[in-house]
Amino acid sequence: MTTQQNRLPKGGQINRSKSVKFSFDGKSYSGFEGDTLASALLANNVALMGRSFKYHRPRGCMTAGSEEPNAIVEMRTGARREPNTRATIAELYDGLEASSQNRSPSLKFDIQSVNQLLGPFLTAGFYYKTFMWPASFWEPIYEKIIRRSAGLGRAATEADPDTYEHAHDHCDVMVVGAGPAGLAAALSAGKTGARVIFVEEQSFAGGNLCFERDKIDGKPAGKWVAGAMAQLRKMDNVKVMMRTCLFGYYDHNVMAALERINDHVAVPPEHEPRQKMWTLRTKEVVVACGSQERPMVFDNNDMPGVMLSTAVRRFVDRFAAAPGKKIAICTNNDDAYETAALLKEKGIEVPVICDVREEASVAATQAMKNGLRVELGVLPARVHGWHRVSSLSMQRLDGSAFGSVDCNCVAVSGGHSADVHLASQTGAMPVWNEKLQSFVPGKPTRAERSAGASNGSFALADCLSEGHAAGHEAVKAAGVKAGKLSAAPKAEKVPFGSIKSVWRCPGDGKAFVDFQNDVTAKDIKLAEQEGYVSVEHTKRYTTLGMATDQGKTSNINGLAILAEARGLSIPEVGTTRFRPPYSPVAIGAFAGHERGKTFQPVRRTAMHRCHEKLGAVFVEAGQWLRPQYYPKPGEDIMEAIWRESDQVRKTVGMCDVSTLGKIEIFGDDAGEFLNRLYINGWKMLAPGKARYGLMLREDGYVFDDGTTSRLANDHFLMTTTTANAARVLAHMEHGSQVLWPELDVHFCSATEQWCGVAVAGPNSRKVLEDAFGDHVDVSDESLPFMGIKEFNWNGATARIFRISFSGERAFEVNVPWRYGEAMWNAIYDAGQNHGLIPYGTEALGVLRIEKGHVAGNELDGRTTADDMGLGKMMSTKKHFIGQPMAGREGMVAEGRAKLVGIKLTQGSGRLRGGAHIVESLNDTSSAASLGWVTSVADSPATGTWIALGYMKGGMSNKGKKMYAHYPLRNEAVEVEICSPHFFDPKGERHYG
Amino acid sequence: MRYSALSVLWQGLTGHKGWTRQWRDPEPKKEYDVIIIGGGGHGLSTAYYLAKLHGITNVAVLEKGWIGGGNVGRNTTIVRSNYMLGPNTHFYEKSMKLWEGLEQDFNFNAMVSQRGVINLFHSDPQRDAFARRGNAMRMAGIDAELLTPAQLKKMVPILDFENARFPIQGGLIQRRGGTVRHDAVAWGYARGADSRGVDIIQNCEVKNILRSGGRVTGVETSRGTIKAKKVAMCVAGHTSQVAAMAGIKLPIESHVLQAFVSEGIKPLIDTVVTFGAGHFYISQSDKGGLVYGGDLDGYNSYAQRGNLPMMEHVMAGGMAVMPAIGRVRMLRHWGGIMDMSFDGSPFICKTDTKGLYLNGGWCYGGFKAAPASGWCYAHTIANDAPHPLNEAFTVDRFKKGRMLDEKGVGPNPWIQ
Amino acid sequence: MHQINCPWCGKRDEAEFQYQGDASVTRPKPNASEEAFFNYVYMRENPKGWHTEWWHHVSGCRQWVKVVRNTATHEVHTTGKPHDKLSKPKAGGRK
Repeated sequence: MTTQQNRLPKGGQINRSKSVKFSFDGKSYSGFEGDTLASALLANNVALMGRSFKYHRPRGCMTAGSEEPNAIVEMRTGARREPNTRATIAELYDGLEASSQNRSPSLKFDIQSVNQLLGPFLTAGFYYKTFMWPASFWEPIYEKIIRRSAGLGRAATEADPDTYEHAHDHCDVMVVGAGPAGLAAALSAGKTGARVIFVEEQSFAGGNLCFERDKIDGKPAGKWVAGAMAQLRKMDNVKVMMRTCLFGYYDHNVMAALERINDHVAVPPEHEPRQKMWTLRTKEVVVACGSQERPMVFDNNDMPGVMLSTAVRRFVDRFAAAPGKKIAICTNNDDAYETAALLKEKGIEVPVICDVREEASVAATQAMKNGLRVELGVLPARVHGWHRVSSLSMQRLDGSAFGSVDCNCVAVSGGHSADVHLASQTGAMPVWNEKLQSFVPGKPTRAERSAGASNGSFALADCLSEGHAAGHEAVKAAGVKAGKLSAAPKAEKVPFGSIKSVWRCPGDGKAFVDFQNDVTAKDIKLAEQEGYVSVEHTKRYTTLGMATDQGKTSNINGLAILAEARGLSIPEVGTTRFRPPYSPVAIGAFAGHERGKTFQPVRRTAMHRCHEKLGAVFVEAGQWLRPQYYPKPGEDIMEAIWRESDQVRKTVGMCDVSTLGKIEIFGDDAGEFLNRLYINGWKMLAPGKARYGLMLREDGYVFDDGTTSRLANDHFLMTTTTANAARVLAHMEHGSQVLWPELDVHFCSATEQWCGVAVAGPNSRKVLEDAFGDHVDVSDESLPFMGIKEFNWNGATARIFRISFSGERAFEVNVPWRYGEAMWNAIYDAGQNHGLIPYGTEALGVLRIEKGHVAGNELDGRTTADDMGLGKMMSTKKHFIGQPMAGREGMVAEGRAKLVGIKLTQGSGRLRGGAHIVESLNDTSSAASLGWVTSVADSPATGTWIALGYMKGGMSNKGKKMYAHYPLRNEAVEVEICSPHFFDPKGERHYG
Repeated sequence: MRYSALSVLWQGLTGHKGWTRQWRDPEPKKEYDVIIIGGGGHGLSTAYYLAKLHGITNVAVLEKGWIGGGNVGRNTTIVRSNYMLGPNTHFYEKSMKLWEGLEQDFNFNAMVSQRGVINLFHSDPQRDAFARRGNAMRMAGIDAELLTPAQLKKMVPILDFENARFPIQGGLIQRRGGTVRHDAVAWGYARGADSRGVDIIQNCEVKNILRSGGRVTGVETSRGTIKAKKVAMCVAGHTSQVAAMAGIKLPIESHVLQAFVSEGIKPLIDTVVTFGAGHFYISQSDKGGLVYGGDLDGYNSYAQRGNLPMMEHVMAGGMAVMPAIGRVRMLRHWGGIMDMSFDGSPFICKTDTKGLYLNGGWCYGGFKAAPASGWCYAHTIANDAPHPLNEAFTVDRFKKGRMLDEKGVGPNPWIQ
Repeated sequence: MHQINCPWCGKRDEAEFQYQGDASVTRPKPNASEEAFFNYVYMRENPKGWHTEWWHHVSGCRQWVKVVRNTATHEVHTTGKPHDKLSKPKAGGRK
């Protein structure tokens, strides 16, 4: 194991008493608790951390935060392998395994780095101009190579073993960011007693504060931060959420945040999620996300060792990890002098400070006084080195050479951009501030305000006072009593000096703007040359800003270089809207627990355990699980279905029909209400009777069907199909609340209040007599076909309906849900003397197909009542929903496909749903399709395969021989078109 | 300039000085034979085919912002022709055929990748519905196959067959379907149209459609009045607004459809997979990002952004069928504005105003339709009469009760 | 995420509601012409701006709520019961 040779002897927020072992590319290292992977690697003198996307150039970390474009690694292994993790925010834990990505065979020797030699040809958009010949080479050859060499890390190929939670919270004021402005805002808001949520992406507070050098209220900033955090954590009305990235600002001040609960450990503890997705609703927001330092664009500016000045500062100050022994500084503003001063304090050599500005600022003069070498009007020209900076060549503003210095790190500062990401997500367009050389938030369009650096106020004293005021102001805006504004935390007023941007330092080599995507200054100029002058075109053509860092370090530089090329100012060229997420978010976190078996709830009927005991095979019907069939030992599915449907017609069967939608309807106008919903009439239906009903959508197509019963003059029970239960209810609520509020009608869903069993077959009455005979008279006289009765069964209200879906003598019994098992068992036991069997949805289907009853397969939203052979049901004596539109020319046209029966003519073969009906196999073109098969059954009653389907001309084809054509299986069978009423066409069996 | 490996090589050796603008930036003329409102995929392809196939080159494409900034730049790049209802089947197959020769035709690599489009099914009724569609495709001469679970496992190894809430029983695949680099479609058509003389005018917003005596005479724009013999609307997403300028009301609502892309990863998914029952579909771009989406947010919107409930729903759909993507991070999401017609099918037709044409109502189908839409629209404009392929795409099909409702949900586009 | 003020329940998340389309069209009287019904069923203003629309509180009180919302900005101006007359602001609101 290597030692931490670049660890400074003292300082930093790391726990030196706790050593942490980790590995990178298989090599073991040690760091300290509190390190990030990047800081630990730097402490171990590892600068090379990744390879770039296109040219596979060696890269080290450029930043110390979530904006990192270069140092992205694969973390963990196996099912927990996650690609593209930023080493700069990956907290170190014992046993951490990380490996570099997008390189082969190794990070040090990457064969695809030959792409660099091809650099002259791989410019922006080169792929749009080539790989076109021959066309057939694209998928098998060109695209394969491109795909393999593109992409970054490798995703796991096994299911993610970790869990993700969703949670919700509300507050008056949300403060985003725990830098000085955010801390001040949270404190001033918190002190008012308002409900505050305070979120910070990192595991630590303080932002870009230099914990040792900066002073707040006379104390070292580190002490002040610790004090402020302690104070906030003590406030009951303040919720502090660390490691929580507020990534999305959505409508109506609903914010989405991701809390990384267990990313800083190897494996989440048992019963703990990996991450938690928060939906946070707030009245007011204070955005205090700080700023983003910009790199400088010069030749070879991507060499490992070239880092942002603030990143160097953070590594040294926060992690006591020196990114180099000799650190040259290139800047165009005063901020980097802070870095220089810190480095000097820490005994790290600063060979030179190149300052773009020609006049010495206060900070520059101070640095010179302190003995630092400051070169004014000097720019970086190029860095040299192999996988690591070894020297820096400098130049004057006119491009003339200005010597070079040896160094193994270059800290650059091309200025700071206010972080306007969140504010811009609200739709407020950022505004360019020429003096600051930064976009600042536009006029808020929502209940939010920015403070501190993200508002363009970069000086520490301003961050504190602005944050302090913003917190208080937000409380007031939220309508909470805020009291008087107290004194803000204070820092020394250091003027933030001028800034002089040179967007592209002179040079003709590769100067990167978007590091991860390898977009160079030349690429942007080429895009402009080719007419991609809108910034959106430039981005799309060059892929600028499209990498995992979302352009955080590249957007402004790219925009400025485009503006220069077009001879326009930056605001004239525009900006690009920021969209969520602020930082990329794991897909699993969005899904939460809705995955695998728990993707959607499972609905089971009251009799589920009875079915299990009987060995049922279940099938999904929407969210419901229904028994599909009950196989006997050795029986396959087809045999079981045959046996079940056969037995129902011979003796008796029982079937769980609880999933049918049930709606209880009350009121004096209930009959009138049904009249308006259904195409057929209801007012004359006598209490104690049931009727089949069909309803249309307002556009005239069939919506749903079912049997509805009149229990009393002012009480109906409607049934709907399983699939449409919720939609029918909504449709009725529209009717009663919106269309006809004058009707006296009230209803509610009773699907889950009443469970139901259908008992069908010649012996059905005997079974019910045995089961319920003591409680209710089920004789034909008492309960004729379409009759209903309510009775008391052992203290429970039960309902019995004499209805039949199978065409057999049949009943349906409903009892309250909790009596479901008892009812099932009562019927099942009573049935044992009468040859009763349970049957599933398959046999149910066979029986109804044999009778020509339509079901879900026949109701595809494009059929009219007449298509289904039920046109005669449409009342002409009343108005109902769908009636006016149902008469349109195309809906009553002769050539419409109408319901027919179809039967197999030969002994062998089978019918399949989805087959098309054609007259001859000589013409199977689209035009020859006369219809299609909707439902099929291997029918015991007819001894052959039968089907329902729709066909042009409908029953006028009766007796014709056709083919059921199924080209997907290269299958075609001869069929005969017949009546859909295959069995007992006169409907005699359900009587008696 | 003709693009080829050779031209890239030569320019590479000579410092890329020779590349010229891919389309000009002309000032609008006073008058055109045809003005196309909207510089999206459909508008640009219409201009291209007008010039190339009908010899009509005195054409301006007027774009409010930047070309390709609408839905051609905000979709999930899928192309397919797996439709069931006759007019749709044939129209989308025409589009598929045009995709297949497009790059050679307009000399721009749009990365048309015929990697296959799979629709998963989970029950017998779903299988039968897909079979009806697949058989219809086969009868129209379009490729379609049913896949067994074993075949699916081989093609998409990360599908979860063991622990799925709705077990995967198989899939319907159209192997000729796939993906296309969406932006390149706009650019390729723009370049092709421009080189044939079409004026592509960006930052030119149409404010009014000028009519006189029952016929169109031109448009008023943010850059002045431009006369035209024919004006063709091609602004899906905002069709209601533009049509209203000519006094036309339509059975269209604008809805937002979200799409998502993940961080770039090495190849993981080689085809397009659609999990319709869970409102989720996914493919992987050549650059490595997983590109995925789901269903409409479900309310009228022009905001080009969606909200959390649908995001969570879409990604839950993803985790339901391929839980290996759980640790892959979503990088960006955006919303496109869909012209949701009240039967799910488009309009390419004449209007009651002479010389004014309508193209819109594309619902989710706009991107894949871009070539055939332009092809048919160009034909309709040039001949003042529809091509048989777009004969059914009229507005009066609603009046006549001859809707083309693939999903069968009726005039409620927000219903999923 | 939209927060919709249900007149019965108070402010609730969009996720509790099922959007149900344009509320500015009124169902014609039963004896109205086919044309009138056609316009009711199919023809939409589809405005970019203020829109009166139905949000059905399906996971709440199950009441149909009338909402005036801006389709360009998603701002909700006001909500009411089905037969309330709701006014639309003249200009677009804040986003």
